[in-house]
Amino acid sequence: MTLSALLLAMVGSAFAGVLPEDRADVLYHLYDGGGVQIDGPSILVRKKVGKSVSLVGNYYLDMVSSASIDVITTASPYTEEREQWSLGMDYLRGNTTMSVNFVSSVESDYDAETVSFSVSQDMFGDLTTLTLGYAKGTDLVRRSDDPDFERDLDKQVYSVGLTQILTKNLISTLNFETMTDEGYLNNPYRSVRYADSGSALGYSFEPELYPNTRTSNAVGIRARYFLPYRAAIEGEYRYFIDTWDIEGHTASLSYIHPWGDFTFTGKFRYHNQTAAHFYRDLFPGSQATNFRGRDKEISPLTSYTFMLKAAYEFLNDDGNDWGFLKRGSVSASVNVLHVDYDDFSDLTALAPIGSEPLYQLDANIFQLFFSFWY
Amino acid sequence: MKRTLRYRLSLLPLLAILGLSACGPIEPWVKPYERDRLADPIMALDGDPVSSSYLQHVFEAREGARGGEGSAGGGCGCN
Repeated sequence: MTLSALLLAMVGSAFAGVLPEDRADVLYHLYDGGGVQIDGPSILVRKKVGKSVSLVGNYYLDMVSSASIDVITTASPYTEEREQWSLGMDYLRGNTTMSVNFVSSVESDYDAETVSFSVSQDMFGDLTTLTLGYAKGTDLVRRSDDPDFERDLDKQVYSVGLTQILTKNLISTLNFETMTDEGYLNNPYRSVRYADSGSALGYSFEPELYPNTRTSNAVGIRARYFLPYRAAIEGEYRYFIDTWDIEGHTASLSYIHPWGDFTFTGKFRYHNQTAAHFYRDLFPGSQATNFRGRDKEISPLTSYTFMLKAAYEFLNDDGNDWGFLKRGSVSASVNVLHVDYDDFSDLTALAPIGSEPLYQLDANIFQLFFSFWY
Repeated sequence: MKRTLRYRLSLLPLLAILGLSACGPIEPWVKPYERDRLADPIMALDGDPVSSSYLQHVFEAREGARGGEGSAGGGCGCN
């Protein structure tokens, strides 16, 4: 389970110089692919208190039903829930915004708590916004089949972000993030595969064993340009490297086109990464190396995502009295994800050892959400 | 030799700050009244925060990379 995406969004959500707009979002999400179905709601409410404070709360639920390639190879399909709460506050003083957030996530066998702080400063006639962030996470890893099993995992994130208006049509951001993990980084249920001539299949499984530390660095740059006929185009690139020898390149291109009360968005995202140094699809023998992992997420892979989104604004500032509401919109999106694994065999094919086909993942991600501004 | 180079490199940020301050206050080259296009909702860097943080979560669960995609600031100083 990864908390860092939500944690980073919290760190990066500070708006300097002006508080975020009051809004409420109700979202339904569905991930369906590779034998895994995850769905549930996410509800966010943000409200100003006085002129200098904005409060935000978020409730998020994942309902998981998994019969993924990992699960059906070495374990049994399962269902579970992950529930997450977060509360945050932004405090504006002059051109400086200070933010604090707390996130709590609970699963039957995994608890996580994260506290994050950030400071944003507007500079140079509000053309530049500098944001410094820090977050600390404390996780507790357990096993559903062993009540005595408990392991700690501590996470820290340091981030620096720069948002820059370059021209009257072009805005850009530069983000740098360092993350450190220390503690139990294994998945307690996952196994690695090793060659075993005594087995009928020619291989057997044993528990994975990861290093106890991981430090990663990521730098991302993004730019959005206003086209002459009222549309926008955005490009993004991220370079990633960590102490496990995973090196990644991620790039995306988006096009945003308004049409009446509708806004259409199309996006293509590409990601490529190398493997962790302790990853093997097939180890030569039992306990062959100090550390060992066969998690497909740390294997060499390339992923492609196509996204289409349509938003319809059914309430707007047209002079009519909508009570306390200023605007309202409904949005629907689909992301089609395809992943090619360069060194992760599909063992469900039951092919002779060494000639198994490589695994491929196809998943569809649906979102439907209502947004209100007040 | 390496030490001298490292020493000189460590002075670079200080020289940059001194250089900037010598030029006097930086004049905003995009005036507030020229920021109407940047204030258009289609130019919002993170217009749907609930949706984008969910997708970031999905990609971090499916890939080995993480971070670097936060929308620092996000405001365009338009208001």
